[in-house]
Amino acid sequence: MLDFETLRIIWWAILVFLICGFAVMDGFDLGIGMLLPFLGKTDDERRVMLNTIGPTWEGNQTWLVTLGGITFGAWSLVYATLFSGLYTGMLVLLFGLFLRPVGFDYRSKLPSPRWRSAWDWALFAGGTVPAVVLSLAAGNLIIGLPFQIDNDLRSSYSGGFWDLFQPFALLSVVVGVALLCLHGAAFLQWRTEAALAERARQVIFYSALMFVVSFSVAGVWVAFSLDGYHITSVLDTSVIANLLAKTVAKESGLWLANYSNYPLLILAPLLAIMGTGLVVFLSAKRFTGLAFLNSALVVVCVIATAAGSMFPFILPSSTSPISSLTVWDASASQYTLKLLFFATVLLMPIVMAYTVWVYRIMRGKVTVADIQKNQHILY
Amino acid sequence: MISNEVVELSRLQFALTALYHFLFVPLTLGLSFLLAIMESVYVMSGRQIYKDMTRFWGKLFGINFAMGVTTGITMEFQFGTNWAYYSHYVGDIFGLPLAIEGMMAFFLESTFVGLFFFGWERMSKLQHLFTTWLLALGTSLSALWILIANGWMQHPVGAEFNYQTMRMELTSFSELFFNPVAQVKFVHTVAAGYVTGSMFVLGISAYYLLSNRDVAFARRSFRIASGFGLASVLSVILLGDESGYTVGEVQRAKLATIEAEWETEEAPASFTLFGIPDEENMTTHYAVKIPWLMGIIATRSINQKVDGINTILERKRGRIKSGMIAYENLQRLRQDSNNQVAKAAFEAHKSDLGHGLLLKQYTDKVIDATPEQIETAVRHSIPRVAPMFWTFRGMVFCGVTMLFIFAAAFYFNAKRTAHKQRWLLRLAFYGIPLPWIASELGWVVAEYGRQPWTIANILPTHLSTSTVDAGQLYLSLAGFFVFYTVLLVIEVFLMLKYVRLGPSSLHTGRYHFELEGESHA
Repeated sequence: MLDFETLRIIWWAILVFLICGFAVMDGFDLGIGMLLPFLGKTDDERRVMLNTIGPTWEGNQTWLVTLGGITFGAWSLVYATLFSGLYTGMLVLLFGLFLRPVGFDYRSKLPSPRWRSAWDWALFAGGTVPAVVLSLAAGNLIIGLPFQIDNDLRSSYSGGFWDLFQPFALLSVVVGVALLCLHGAAFLQWRTEAALAERARQVIFYSALMFVVSFSVAGVWVAFSLDGYHITSVLDTSVIANLLAKTVAKESGLWLANYSNYPLLILAPLLAIMGTGLVVFLSAKRFTGLAFLNSALVVVCVIATAAGSMFPFILPSSTSPISSLTVWDASASQYTLKLLFFATVLLMPIVMAYTVWVYRIMRGKVTVADIQKNQHILY
Repeated sequence: MISNEVVELSRLQFALTALYHFLFVPLTLGLSFLLAIMESVYVMSGRQIYKDMTRFWGKLFGINFAMGVTTGITMEFQFGTNWAYYSHYVGDIFGLPLAIEGMMAFFLESTFVGLFFFGWERMSKLQHLFTTWLLALGTSLSALWILIANGWMQHPVGAEFNYQTMRMELTSFSELFFNPVAQVKFVHTVAAGYVTGSMFVLGISAYYLLSNRDVAFARRSFRIASGFGLASVLSVILLGDESGYTVGEVQRAKLATIEAEWETEEAPASFTLFGIPDEENMTTHYAVKIPWLMGIIATRSINQKVDGINTILERKRGRIKSGMIAYENLQRLRQDSNNQVAKAAFEAHKSDLGHGLLLKQYTDKVIDATPEQIETAVRHSIPRVAPMFWTFRGMVFCGVTMLFIFAAAFYFNAKRTAHKQRWLLRLAFYGIPLPWIASELGWVVAEYGRQPWTIANILPTHLSTSTVDAGQLYLSLAGFFVFYTVLLVIEVFLMLKYVRLGPSSLHTGRYHFELEGESHA
């Protein structure tokens, strides 16, 4: 029923789905973290911002944790190579994430302004560091990472932390940060009111502008200059291919090859740009809920653009292209993929259903008056 | 070859971060259930004080939960960052429960924890109670899946090596799930968590009773904690995982080292209550032995033998030699996967491949190992005796002390005089650290006791690490050290502050510090 080839394409799709889930759900939390010191002018306003996501951010972050677990289970070699290769980057990301659970929970537990201001900056870092590191990592994935796989399937990485800061990766950081600020601001405008919502609207405008420009530049860069990768040997897609037996071409523009094979793919980047315009329009017209939905769509389209361009590559290797990890040689066994597929199909709809239920219960705008009334309960 | 420095630093980092994470996990496990029990009483009786209890202990739960989440992500990252070859080699099996854990448990607890804190006014009583139970269920389910993963490291079943992909692959999910070691570990660990939560509530309530404040609140908390705690501590001890030590060779090696049983004794084996193990001469000085006891505990019978260390080492010698043959033929198969002779030889010795890999620490080629290298590998094929012997006894001592505290608390509760037994209250208060000490020691017994393997008899620890350099590890260790120290200081500071405030921190106007003005006026 589920042959190995289909199963692995499904698993690639689930991986992309989880990345989208994380970026959409936790993306606005990270965005709000980045905006916290700048949009919240008073302690109450900052508390309003935090409490729009207070009850739900933790569930949102679980998308990242689950993404890690799924990558481990379904794409072990990818998990091993990526996490060990980007060792220092991953630790910086981790230390950034440390600040969030404690930041949210501890910030308002003491009244001291110094205590609270320190935690506000910690939460700012907790939003900014993950956004920057993850965008940087995404940019480097598109460039290709300098790793090699040996005959025992042990990976070794030959770059250092500072090598991650390549021009294209830095542009990716601009794209990522702009996108998450847009998404975070869209959520804020929807869930707050008065001066705060107005400031969020302004952020939407500027971050949308920054996003569209940087995303377009990145597109041109990928088309005309950046090296892409392409498998040039014939693969047996019914087994786990011997990684090192394939041949891989690496030259500029190759990341666009998929667009000629699957022309519909062009919809992803187009919708991302048009959707951004729509976010600005809807936000200006105060259709704030719709604006937020649209910014979620933009996030999905951006990820679909990157993933669609790279398929079947998951981790291209810049120094040893044949070591590149692809859908056909880096997956778990058929049996494990099948089990995990059934688990996912069974569990994720339940997760999404109760997530919707929780959002429904916690719906509505958060106001300064709410904060003052529930001083000792809210974050 | 991987440097020993990298291996030792990676182990150190994993051990420190796991032990640190485990300062928070057991309390989360136990408190979430206690919250669910307290709130159930509230919903059934309708009495406000039980809601206040749920909310106050919930505040402390929240302070702890945040740290559990913070330090938990580290654990998931670390398999990839520091144990990349492990992740590749066994990800097909080990990654599966972790992935399911994310979807089944992490989402559940982290989605409902927000609702637990902020949903009081927005839901019906029953809906909120349901939320709290789901939160508790989430924490225990998380323990279930991680212990299935961990149980597989101790006793790897339902999997086979695939020479084409150079890794272990899952062959039976039911064997993985119903792994006897995993099942025993789950019960043992979760119950230990419940004990931790109970001891925490019991000790802090005792503190309020000793200082004679919020007595009604404290007495009710004390009562619930003593009942739940007694049931839990009995489960930990009676269902303690010694019974899981007879399946699988690594488990047997743990048992032999815990007991410092150098030679196999006639069944039923005696239990060494106390002694000074001497690794050099392979004997235990001043041993105080209880006849029969260990045989009964470990095998649940009086006629089965418990393997001694010498018997185990003798078997190891044979397996390492057989593992060299497996390794040699694996290399041939990697060159030419159609080599039928090599394939047959490999299949015959495949189950000892891991033992062959043990030699990688001494010689990269494995097959050219000298007799001395083989002997060194044999000697290091089980953990050292003294650390196992002492940590186990430390853990049991803590457990038995807690059994006494809970039993006494339960007894005097039944007589309705617990709040007057000042000695008991003091004991409960000073006993607060016991479950943490027991849990940490228990972790050492289980995981140090697994050495020199990450996956018992399959993958040696020194092969499991990432190809990173020592400099990166020193940097990350320093980072963890700074972050974890600062966070711990803050956490303990906040926890103490809220413990001292007590239920007055709820600002309901009903408790000690809010009433002070009136009562002393």
